[in-house]
Amino acid sequence: MQDYSVTHLKQLESEAIYILRETAAQFERPVLMFSGGKDSIVMTHLAAKAFWPAKIPFPLLHVDTGHNFPETLVYRDDLVEKLGANLIVASVEEAIKDGRVVEEKGANASRNMLQIQTLLDALEEGQYDAAMGGARRDEEKARAKERFFSHRDEFGQWDPKNQRPELWNIFNGRMAQGEHFRVFPLSNWTEMDVWQYMKAESIELPSLYYAHERDIVVRNGTILAVSEFVQPRDGETVERKQIRFRTMGDATITGAVESGADTMEKIIEEVAAARQTERGNRADDKRSESAMEDRKKAGYF
Amino acid sequence: MSTENSSPEEGYLDMDLLRFTTAGSVDDGKSTLIGRLMYDSKAIFEDQLESIENTSKQRGDEHVNLALLTDGLRSEREQGITIDVAYRYFATPRRKFIIADTPGHIQYTRNMVTGASTANLAIILVDARKGVIEQTCRHSFIANLLRIQHVVIAVNKMDLVDWSEATFKKIREEFQKFASRLENIVEVSFIPISALKGDNVVDQSKNMDWYKGPTLLYHLETLYVGPDANHVDSRLPVQWVIRPHSDEYHDFRGYAGRIAGGVFKPGDDVVVYPSGFEAKVKALHTAEGELAEAYSPLSVAMTLDREIDISRGDMIGKPNNPPTVGQDIDAMVCWFSDKPLNPKGKFLIRHCSKEAKALVREVKYKVDINTLHKIEGDNEFTLNDIGRITIRTASPLCYDSYKRNRVTGSFILVDAFTNETVAAGMIR
Repeated sequence: MQDYSVTHLKQLESEAIYILRETAAQFERPVLMFSGGKDSIVMTHLAAKAFWPAKIPFPLLHVDTGHNFPETLVYRDDLVEKLGANLIVASVEEAIKDGRVVEEKGANASRNMLQIQTLLDALEEGQYDAAMGGARRDEEKARAKERFFSHRDEFGQWDPKNQRPELWNIFNGRMAQGEHFRVFPLSNWTEMDVWQYMKAESIELPSLYYAHERDIVVRNGTILAVSEFVQPRDGETVERKQIRFRTMGDATITGAVESGADTMEKIIEEVAAARQTERGNRADDKRSESAMEDRKKAGYF
Repeated sequence: MSTENSSPEEGYLDMDLLRFTTAGSVDDGKSTLIGRLMYDSKAIFEDQLESIENTSKQRGDEHVNLALLTDGLRSEREQGITIDVAYRYFATPRRKFIIADTPGHIQYTRNMVTGASTANLAIILVDARKGVIEQTCRHSFIANLLRIQHVVIAVNKMDLVDWSEATFKKIREEFQKFASRLENIVEVSFIPISALKGDNVVDQSKNMDWYKGPTLLYHLETLYVGPDANHVDSRLPVQWVIRPHSDEYHDFRGYAGRIAGGVFKPGDDVVVYPSGFEAKVKALHTAEGELAEAYSPLSVAMTLDREIDISRGDMIGKPNNPPTVGQDIDAMVCWFSDKPLNPKGKFLIRHCSKEAKALVREVKYKVDINTLHKIEGDNEFTLNDIGRITIRTASPLCYDSYKRNRVTGSFILVDAFTNETVAAGMIR
């Protein structure tokens, strides 16, 4: 009897490709949300595989807070060119200028919540009926309750207590006019799976993920990179440290970790030994016990 | 996530996957058990622990309430119950695990069915003080119906019955009497535990010398779970047709899908169902190159040696081993909607990559899932009801029995007006 066993990484890959194809088939105007973070990079890589040798049959959408690390933008533009993909940028900056959203005030203001309206506007404007995201269930406890195909009402809201049951590998993407879906092809992946897969597939990452020297300040226990958007406040001192990022987001809230891991192998060792979740350094999740659930209900990724 | 292993990569790339579901009634300590498995296997991170320690303290709980790890939604924490299926992940050096944690409330049978649909093993919790109750039977029935072959009866709260061997044995006997009627369950194990104190979950209990079997985690790590996939009946449900329209791949037509059964090789004779057109497999493509053979659950793009009209919803199989092609489906279904089944209702059936209009022809019977008897004289399907119906579809489906293939033997019914998923079906 032949051995038809399939490793768990191969199973996850096959499942994600299945979901991406299912999304392309079930929806008229799907879009892939690209943040420049490693999960959306892996998702884009899988999309390229799912439809090879054809190009990815849907555009990439970047919700740009205007607070970017320059490395992220360079990486994004290179990738888009390499894949021959179509990129759409939804700008929070412009949403602020148009008066569609109002910037938060106060010392810990962030543009995190503003992304929600900007995203919903972009989906409505492009008449996108499915937005694919790289969120994983292992990231956060509210995300652990997510479906692969997650229904959103006409206000873009998530109703976690009334979700469609998802059985076997059958996905129900039917909806009424004005509603849309969020689709999460990486639902069953863990952080470790993502890193192992990137290594196995030799996927290139923005340099920010590898250890490098940078000026930082420590704010509320989070290491933030000094940039045009993050300047030291009274009582904070700028230090030069060797750091790397475990997630990628708005530069004003994405915390770094002190690390000497400058290769994929070293990062994997570090992930295996880590005693903090990768979102443990996200100031946006620390706002309250249900910060993520509240944002998700309102239409966050 | 293991930290014991000197090199975390060692073995990671060829680790296998075990998907299991947990079921129990309210207060059986299910969430606590999962919290315990993850905590003791070091899959819980410091910040997660800190966060639940704070919440436990604030609520005045005596112990760190491990249930808070899985009860992610605000209303779950407020009510102290689990509302929705939650998926959890952990790995040991031996295996990677995906847990579908399903709530035990009577009104949430649909969640249990959902969690069971992708699982290879079910852990059913029994409160040592209460023994085998109606809900235990219901959970076992569902595990059997969804064809989960391995079951663990975890007799929990042994600390509250003085770690009594007699109590454990009595529960085992009660369950065995009942389970003899569940034909799909191949293997049942019984483990006495205390999820709260940690006995026999990850570490061997010091309070139950009389128990010589494995701990729960050791059992999960080492149990041989035969391949769930069917490698006999070749099936490729076509999801999407890849047409690059580029100079390099001018005539490329790749039939993309995830193999649902059997094995395909280049040169194989194949038949497209339901049309019946025949062809040979030219190649099995992936982005990394062509495969010498492809089997479940791999996602591929198949090219054929001639041009045939094939689209999403079609099934590629082999000439000597066809799926059943037909419009009359006989199935066991679980009803998921608050609204009862309306026999005149308009439905859509989703089966593999196919969607078709469907009518419910006949409700044959419902099953009392506590006694496994047929219910006479009541054919109205309401939320959580399980029974046998026949369906007529507007166009033919290409299917197998659920017993033979979980992928090509399962379907869902969608309400054509509300778009809700109203039933899950297993073809007989």
